Amino acid sequence: MTHGWAGHILRVDLSRGETTKEPLRLDWAEEYIGGRGLAARYLYEEMDPSVDALGPENKLIMATGPLTGTNASCGSRYMVVTKGPLTGAITTSNSGGHWGPELKFAGYDMVIVEGRAERPCYLLVDDDRVEIRDAAGVWGKVVSETEDAIRDETGMPELRVAGIGPAGENLVRFACIVNDKHRAAGRSGVGAVMGSKNLKAIAVRGNQGVRIARPRDYMSAIWSYHEHLAESPGRQGLTELGTAPTVDLVNTFGGLPTRNFTAGQFEGTEAINGESIKDNWLIANKACFACNIACGRVTQVSPAADKYMVNMHPRNWKVAGEGPEYENLWSLGADCGVDDMDAIVMANYLCNDLGMDPISMGATLATAMEMYERGLLSDEQTGMALRFGDGKALIAMTEATGFREGFGDELAEGSKRMTDKFEHPEYFMGVKGQEFPAYDPRGFQGMGVAYATCNRGACHLRAWTPGIETSGEYDPHGTDGKSVWVAEEQNRTTAHDATGICMFTTAGAPLDDLIPVLSAATGVDYTMDDFVHIGERIWNIERLWNLKAGLTAADDTLPKRLMEEAHKEGPSAGVTVDLDAMLPDYYAARGWTADGRPTREKLMELGLA
Amino acid sequence: MAKSLRIIPEKCTGCMQCELACSWVQTGMFQPSRSLIRVNIFDEQASYAPYTCFQCDEAWCMTACPVNAISIDANTGAKVVGDANCVGCGLCTIACPFGTVFYNPDTQKAFKCDLCDGNPACAVACPTGAIEYTESESADWLGGWAEKVNESYLTSIEGGNAA
Repeated sequence: MTHGWAGHILRVDLSRGETTKEPLRLDWAEEYIGGRGLAARYLYEEMDPSVDALGPENKLIMATGPLTGTNASCGSRYMVVTKGPLTGAITTSNSGGHWGPELKFAGYDMVIVEGRAERPCYLLVDDDRVEIRDAAGVWGKVVSETEDAIRDETGMPELRVAGIGPAGENLVRFACIVNDKHRAAGRSGVGAVMGSKNLKAIAVRGNQGVRIARPRDYMSAIWSYHEHLAESPGRQGLTELGTAPTVDLVNTFGGLPTRNFTAGQFEGTEAINGESIKDNWLIANKACFACNIACGRVTQVSPAADKYMVNMHPRNWKVAGEGPEYENLWSLGADCGVDDMDAIVMANYLCNDLGMDPISMGATLATAMEMYERGLLSDEQTGMALRFGDGKALIAMTEATGFREGFGDELAEGSKRMTDKFEHPEYFMGVKGQEFPAYDPRGFQGMGVAYATCNRGACHLRAWTPGIETSGEYDPHGTDGKSVWVAEEQNRTTAHDATGICMFTTAGAPLDDLIPVLSAATGVDYTMDDFVHIGERIWNIERLWNLKAGLTAADDTLPKRLMEEAHKEGPSAGVTVDLDAMLPDYYAARGWTADGRPTREKLMELGLA
Repeated sequence: MAKSLRIIPEKCTGCMQCELACSWVQTGMFQPSRSLIRVNIFDEQASYAPYTCFQCDEAWCMTACPVNAISIDANTGAKVVGDANCVGCGLCTIACPFGTVFYNPDTQKAFKCDLCDGNPACAVACPTGAIEYTESESADWLGGWAEKVNESYLTSIEGGNAA
C-alpha cells in the first residue's frame, strides 16, 4: 500500500480506444517525487522527443504530486507534461483548482494520453470506471459550457473537468487546458496538444482517500507549516490583493515591459494595479483546493464594458469570472499599451473561456501592434487598425485568435512564427519560441539568464529573480552571482513543482517547513539536500530530453533588443542584458560543458547515466 | 446555553480545508467523499458555504430510526449515531430534511456530524474563520448565508440578466 502516492497511473490509448490501470513505478516516484519530475521520467523513457508536437506520437501527461489531495496548503496542483507546440521542447504547465486532487481521489497519480482519437471524444473517470465517450455534444463549446454540459450529460454534478475550449480545438499554439472553469495549465500550448488528439476533456470523480504514512508526524509538521503561512506578510499580501501589486513593484524598477518591450515603465499602472482591482472589480477571493492563501480574484466588469461586447457572447459576462492576475494585467494591459481595465478584464474572461494563454495572447498581439505601427503590417493584412492602447482591437483580436478567424489565424501561431512569416523575426520577444512573461531583464538582469536557460522557453516561474534582486543583496542591473543563484533556484522550484504544492506558498512558509510534511506523507525520509538534488535531476533529464529533441546551446539566447537596445528613460535606462557574461557561469554552475551539455560525471552523480 | 456551529459565508473562500479535516477524523485519510461537512460552491454568485448537521431540536433522524441507534450526547447536545445499534437501513438519511445524514458504504452504517465531542475539526481547520463553534441561543447555521443568497438573487433579477 502506497502513502502520499495513489500508486497507479491511468494510460489512455486514443488510437485504439483502450484504457489501462497500471501500477506506478515506485522506484521512480521516490527519485522524482511526482508531478513534473515523475512525468518527465516517464516521457524520457517512453517517447521519441523528435516527433511532431501536434502529431499522434506526442504523449500528454497530466501528473499530480504526493501532496496533491492532502490538506497541505495548497495541495491542489497538477502538471501537464508534453512536447510543446510553441517550443518543440519538453513543456511543463501547472494548474490548481480541484481537478488534480479529484484524480488522486479516483486512485491515480497521473494520466498518460497517447495516440489520436478518430472523432472528438472526452474521457470519463469515476474511480475504476473509465470510459472514452463521444464528444459530439460538447465539441465547439467554450470552457465553462463544456464543464456544465458534461455534468448534465452524465448526470454527475460532482465531476471535476479539465478540458479545452475552441482555441485548443483549433490548435492555437498557446491554447491552455482549463479546469474548474477558471484554473489553467496556461502556458506552452498544452491545450493544442489535447486538441490534436481530438480529446475535449477529462472529467473525473473520485471517492477514495489519500493515505498518510506517519499521521502523527504529518499533522505536527502541517501545523507549523500552516502557522508560518498564516503569520507571514507575503501570504497576507497575496490574500489581500492577489498577485497584482507586482505591477507597482516591477514598474518602480523599470522592469515592466511596455508596448512590446520598447519601454520599461507604463504610464497607466494606476488603472491596472492591485488597489484598482480591489476597489472597482473584485467581488470575492476564491481559493483552490486546500489553499490557505486564496489569491484568486472573482471579478465583474462595469456597465461601461458594454462597448466591448463580442460576437460570441456565450453568456452574460457581467456576472462573475476570475482574474486578471499580474501576468495578464501586464500582457493584455501594459504590453499592448491598454490601460482600460474593462477591456483587460473582458479579454481575460475571453481567454479563459476560449481556453488560451493570456500571456502569449497579449504578447503576440503586442508584437503585431508594433509591426503595424511601424508599417510592416497593413490594414489589408490585419483587417483592422492594430494600434497600441486600443481596447477594441484587444477584444476583437482575442476572439478572432481563439477561432482562427481573419488575422487571428496568424496570431494563433504565436509571435515567433508570425514574425518569421512576415519576415521580421527581430520583433519576437521570447525564448525558444515562447513569449516572455511580465519581467524585463533590463530591469532585473537575473531574469535574462533565467529566461534564456529555462527548459520550456521564456518563463518566470522556474527562477523568479526580482525578489532577491530588489532586496539590496544584489545589484539588479549587475551580473555578479546571478547565474549561480538562478541555477540553484531552478533546482529548488523544480523539486517544489514535483510535490503537488503551489509555488505561491513559498511567499509565506520557508521551504524547510515543507520537507517534513513530504517525508511524513510518503514515508520516504527526504532531507533538504535530497530535495534540491532531485530538483537538479529533474532539470537535467528535461535538458537531456531537449537535446534529443534537437535543441542546442544556440537556443539558450535572448532577442537582440534586450542585449543591445537599452531603455532611454526610467530607473533601468542604459541597461542591456549581458548574457555573454552570465551564460558560461550558468553552464559551469550546472556542471555542463561550454556548449551546454551535461557532462558524464554530472549525469553519474544524478543517477542519469 | 449550548455551543453550536456557525458559518460566516463572507469569509469562506471555498478551499475545502473543513472537508479535509472532517474526512481525516472519519477515516484517517484525506477523503472528501467521506466528509460530513460539504462546501457548496455557487460560482455565478461568487458565494461559498459549508453545510452540515444543525443538530436540530426536533431531530427527524432520531425519530425515524427504528432501532434507537441515534442518541443525544449529554455534553455537546449532538445527535450521535451509535455504531453498535445501527443496522444501516438508511431511514435517517431519508428523514433528514437537510441531507446531512450520510450512509457509509465502507462500514454499512449511517454517519453524521457529532461535533467531534465538542472540538469540531472543521472549525479548527478553517483558515479564514468562516466556521465558528460558539455559544448561541439557536443553531443559526445558515442565517447569514441565506441572507447573502437572497440578496444576490434579488440583485440578479433586478439587474436584468439579458443573456
